[in-house]
Order: sequence, then C-alpha cells, then structure tokens
Amino acid sequence: MPRKEIKLPYKLERLSILDEKGKLDKSLEPDIPDELLLKLHRAMLAARRFDERLLNLQRQGRIGTFAPITGQEGAQLGAVANLRPDDWMVPCFRETAAEIWRGKTMDNAIIYFGGFDEGARPEDERNDLPIAVPVGSQTLHAVGLACAMKYRRKDTVVMTFFGDGATSEGDFHEAMNFAGVFQAPVIFVCQNNQWAISVPRSKQTRSETLAQKAFAYGMPGIQVDGNDVLAVYAAVKEAVERARAGEGPSFVECDTYRMMMHTTADDPKRYRSEEEVDEWRGRDPITRFQKYLKAKKLLKDTDIEKLEQEIKGEIQSAVDRAEALMKKLGDPLDMFSHTYAEIPPHLAEQKEELSQVLTSDKQEANHG
Amino acid sequence: MVQAINLALHQEMEKDDRVIVLGEDVGKDGGVFRLTEGLVQKFGEERVMDTPLAESGIVGVSIGMALYGLRPVCEIQFSGFSYQNLHQIENHASRLRRRSQGRLTVPMVLRAPYGGGIRALEHHSESREAFWAHIPGLKMVIPSGPRNARALLISAIRDPDPVIFYEPKAVYRAFREEVPEEEETMPLGKSQTVQEGKDITLISYGAMMRPTLEAAQELKEKDQVEAEVIDLLTIMPLDDELFTASVKKTGRALIVHEAPKSFGPGAEIASRIMEKSFFHLEAPIARVAGYDIVIPLFAREDAYLPNVQRIVRAARQVLSS
Ligand SMILES: Cc1ncc(C[n+]2csc(CCOP(=O)(O)OP(=O)(O)O)c2C)c(N)n1
Repeated sequence: MPRKEIKLPYKLERLSILDEKGKLDKSLEPDIPDELLLKLHRAMLAARRFDERLLNLQRQGRIGTFAPITGQEGAQLGAVANLRPDDWMVPCFRETAAEIWRGKTMDNAIIYFGGFDEGARPEDERNDLPIAVPVGSQTLHAVGLACAMKYRRKDTVVMTFFGDGATSEGDFHEAMNFAGVFQAPVIFVCQNNQWAISVPRSKQTRSETLAQKAFAYGMPGIQVDGNDVLAVYAAVKEAVERARAGEGPSFVECDTYRMMMHTTADDPKRYRSEEEVDEWRGRDPITRFQKYLKAKKLLKDTDIEKLEQEIKGEIQSAVDRAEALMKKLGDPLDMFSHTYAEIPPHLAEQKEELSQVLTSDKQEANHG
Repeated sequence: MVQAINLALHQEMEKDDRVIVLGEDVGKDGGVFRLTEGLVQKFGEERVMDTPLAESGIVGVSIGMALYGLRPVCEIQFSGFSYQNLHQIENHASRLRRRSQGRLTVPMVLRAPYGGGIRALEHHSESREAFWAHIPGLKMVIPSGPRNARALLISAIRDPDPVIFYEPKAVYRAFREEVPEEEETMPLGKSQTVQEGKDITLISYGAMMRPTLEAAQELKEKDQVEAEVIDLLTIMPLDDELFTASVKKTGRALIVHEAPKSFGPGAEIASRIMEKSFFHLEAPIARVAGYDIVIPLFAREDAYLPNVQRIVRAARQVLSS
C-alpha cells in the first residue's frame, strides 16, 4: 500500500480586523451595536486605570501581590462581552477585567488582593467561579459545567480563560479532550500573552501556534489578534454561537502581550528586553480601539477626558469603600467559616481555642 | 538560606555531572525565589532546564532521568502545585525500587518551598508534608536554617532514594548564618538537639523552629524552665530515638508545626512517644499546630500560624499538669 495523505477537515486561520494603525477591514467588521462598542471601550479603559491604581496600592503596601492585566484588555473583554448573564465564566487569575464585566465589584477585587478571603466570593447573581490559581486546573471545571448544561438541555455556555503556559498542563489537555468527546458547550479562550513568568511561548510548546492544538481534540481552533478587540469579539462570537447551537466546543487563541510584570513579585527585566515591550506598546488595544471609535464618530477626545474623570472617581470610591471594609473585616475567627457546611466538633474546639488565644493576647497586651 | 541552597547546587553540579536541575523558571530567571540563580550561566541549558509549565511532566521526566542513572533535582515552584505531580511520586517514584526488586532505582530530589508567613497568594502557603511522609519509599526532609539546608540538600542529592525536600520559604531570607565554603553534609534520618534542657522537650522543624526557640528562651527567662529543643530535620524516616530519649529525660513533650493538626506529623510523633517513653511521661503530650482549615489569605495568616505566645502557653500547660 502506498503512503497516502490523510485529509483533515481543518485549516488554521488568523483573524485581524483592525490593524495596528487603526486601519479597518470593512468586509470583516462585526456588527456590534454602538452602545456595546462604547460599553466595551469604557470597560477597557476602566480596567487599565484600575490596574494602575492596584499597582500603586501594592507599592504602598496597602494590598498584596496581584497579577496585572495591562495589554490584555481587548482579549478579555472582547471575549467575555459575548456571554449572556446566565452563561458561566471560569477564569484563571488574570481576568480582573472580565470579572468586573461580569459583575464583580472593584471593591471585592481590592479586598481579595488585600488578603481577605471574602473578596473571592462571587456575587450572588453571578454564575462565575472564583479565581483559579493552580494553572490550568479550572479548565476541567468549565467542561464539567458545560456537560451539566447539556444534560439539562440548556442553551447556556461556559467560557474559560487561561494562559499560554496553561496549555502545557495535563489538566488542560484532559479538559480539551473531554470537551471534544462529549461535545460540551465550552469556549476555551487562551490569552497567549507570550510569557509564562520567565518562559517564552517558544519554550512552552514546539507547535507553531496554540490554536492548532484544538484540532488534535476534534474541535475548531482559531488564532486572533488579541489586541484587536473587534477580532476577538468576532471570533469568540462564532464560537459561542456554535456552542449555543449544540455544535460543541471551540478554542480561540488570542495573540496578545502582558505589558507589565507577571505579578507584583516578579521582575521582568531579568528575562525580556525593553525593545520587545516597546514593540508591543505600539499595538495597544485601547488606543487602537479609540481610533476606530473616533473614525466612527462615536467618540471625541473630550468624551475620553470626561470618561477618564468618571473612572477615576469610580475607582477612588471603590478604594475608599474597600479600605473601610478591610478595617472591619479583621476578625480571625471568620477563618473557620465555610470549611464545611456545618462546623464539625473538632473545628468548633479549635475555633474556641483560638478565641481564647486572642483574648489572652489582648489581656497580655493591656498589661504589658 | 537561599544562598546556602544555591551553593549546594553549584558545588554538587560541579562535582557530579549526573546532577541535572529542572523546573519552571529555574534557568534565566534563576527561580522565582532565586534558588537556582547563576546555574544556567555556569552549566548551560542542557543541565539547567526551564521546563514547560507541567508539574506532573517535570516529575515524570525526572523519574525517567533517574532511572537512566542521572541525579535530577527538580523544583516545584510552590509546594501547593506539587499535587499535580503527587501521582507520579506515589505511583512510580516511591515504588519502582520495590516493584523491580531493587533492579531499578529513582535517586531524585523534589525541592519545593512550603509554608506560610510571606503574604503570598492563595495555594502558596500550605504545609502538607504529611502527604509525602505517608508514602512508603520516600524520604522527606525539611531544613530549618541555611547551614543545615545546604548540608541536607547535598545528602539528599546523593541519596539513593527519592527525597522530597521542603524548604521553609518564610526562612529563605529571615536570618543569616555562616556556611563553610568547604563541603558539609548531614545524614538524612537524623534529628538534632539544638538546645539541651531537663524540664520539657519541644519538638519542631522547618519554619516553626524559630518561634519554638524563642518560646524556649522566654520560658527560661520568665519561668526558669529549661526546655530541650529538637529540630527534626527529616520527617520521614523519623528519628524517634532522639526525641523519645529526650522525653524519657524531661517527662514532658510539646510538638509544634504549622501543618493542620489532624493527622499531621505531630500525631505520629506523639504516638512514637507513647510507644517508646510512655512510662516516663508526667503530663499529656501537647501539640501546637495549624488549624484544620484552608490557610486563610494573608490578612488572617498570622492568627493561623503558631507563634511564640501560643507555644509558651501550651508549654506552661504541659508543665503545670
Ligand atoms: C499548577 C501551577 N504551577 C505553577 C504555578 C506558578 N505560576 C503561577 S502563574 C505561572 C505562569 C502562568 O503562565 P500562563 O499560563 O501563560 O499565564 P499568564 O500568567 O501568562 O497569564 C506559574 C508558573 C501555578 N500557579 N500553578
């Protein structure tokens, strides 16, 4: 028998709609209502300013370590804007912008980064899961949620986020495989920000793109310019529609860049060059989108100035509220709550023990 | 301690070309805590491997290397992410010697920073040494200071069996200690009496050694109590000869660890004391430990971790009963 080429039903595309210079490919322009365009722009700007403020709070020692998102606003928001409130979102740890879009308050984000577990609690009306720190582990939960939706005959979908590094973890591959086998309504959104701490994408996988990994699991994959919010929106929209129509999972690789440090405990100067960062600075998703909106006459410079002021005030109020709350949240005994539905006897005992420790500490402090 | 561990790696790699270092960010970045700083510059990317982000992969590959006769020292960035590779350790590393009736061996070291106290993120502060100590076929080592860290790591690398080496990250930069330039090793499986005393035996290890020693000092100054303090250094196999002999002398024992109390190392230590020095006990054995809950985010972390006050109070209770 001769060797024969196996014809596969896949070809890989890269989608870009609005280029770095703000030039638009009219034929690909998605039909997004003006209102949503402006909402997206506001959310991107707010996410950027919030990030800057968090960094400032961290450097002043008012909150702890966090993972900045600057540069990834377009990827996150372009993707998540496709969800309905009754859909689910399963984030990793760098989705602050997407989480806020879905209804997480800035107050809660600050409280979480301030070291209080209370900040991880999803709002009651939100279906989303809390931040997942173990890389890649959450993707399986997304598939489980999606399988459950399918079982219940819902038309809701699940969107899960993760980084390029996560695509090396076993959990990610298991999630992709399960999703493919069970045709789960899940959208895998990879924010390929080029770096997993100090390890570049090229050392994470030998494959040319991350998007092509989708094919191995029997689902469509696409690469998009992740700094082009229109392209992200359009590609993810297709994926969401497929999932909602019962046509199974998809994988979207957003080619983007982490402009700041990995977390505030990291020093990127050790492993990447300033030139590389500068190169990406020219592809800023926000300025690019602003050019588009201005050309569409939806936005003027004065509008942006006004928006900046509004956002500044909004962030300031969140910081004030969060800091006031953090002063009141201190009770260490709260750490015993929510370990089990009902506190078992041994834990009740330990809680009582700590309560006595705290009382004695106070007495000793008063005496000495 | 960071420098001491780094020195151990440098010297051992220089000495033995079978030693390979691998893990996430261990190369160019020198590790997120800088434990592997300078290694890649000196030994190259073939011996200091920045791996893809996959703990099960890192450990599984290390097992293969060790089976071929190398001496892999892999770093798991935080112990909280070593559960992804728990199965490789449990199902393979710990058993291959037995399964092959001694024909195949896995002389590897898994290093990981563990424990709380540095205001870290979620899943970065746990103290789950009992997981590993519970697995037959493994050794589990936890140094408490720069000098013993360096000496124990060299011994761990040379050990013929898989060794889990937990580094108390709260101690990484907490204090300085002279570390001799010339090589120094310490036997695995041996504990150390760091302070002699006759009234009570305080048993601890890792990051908790410091508050334990401070508590001993306070007991001496305020209560005229002479505590004997034992640093376990190896959790598995446990050097019960040292601490049971000590309890025979003092009649009283207090165990301190930050791992959750239930089924923690303290439970095993207390059992050994019961088995070997019960008739010398003058008071019930006590434990000061972490609570049986997920370690809270850093705002409440101090209340979770055992501290000097809790240790002193517990010791007073043991002494007065
Ligand atoms: C299982 C696991 N291993 C290691 C870590 C430590 N860690 C946190 S983030 C990170 C890199 C993640 O890279 P990527 O998935 O590309 O996401 P990014 O941080 O770039 O958004 C590492 C190694 C972790 N959190 N979880």
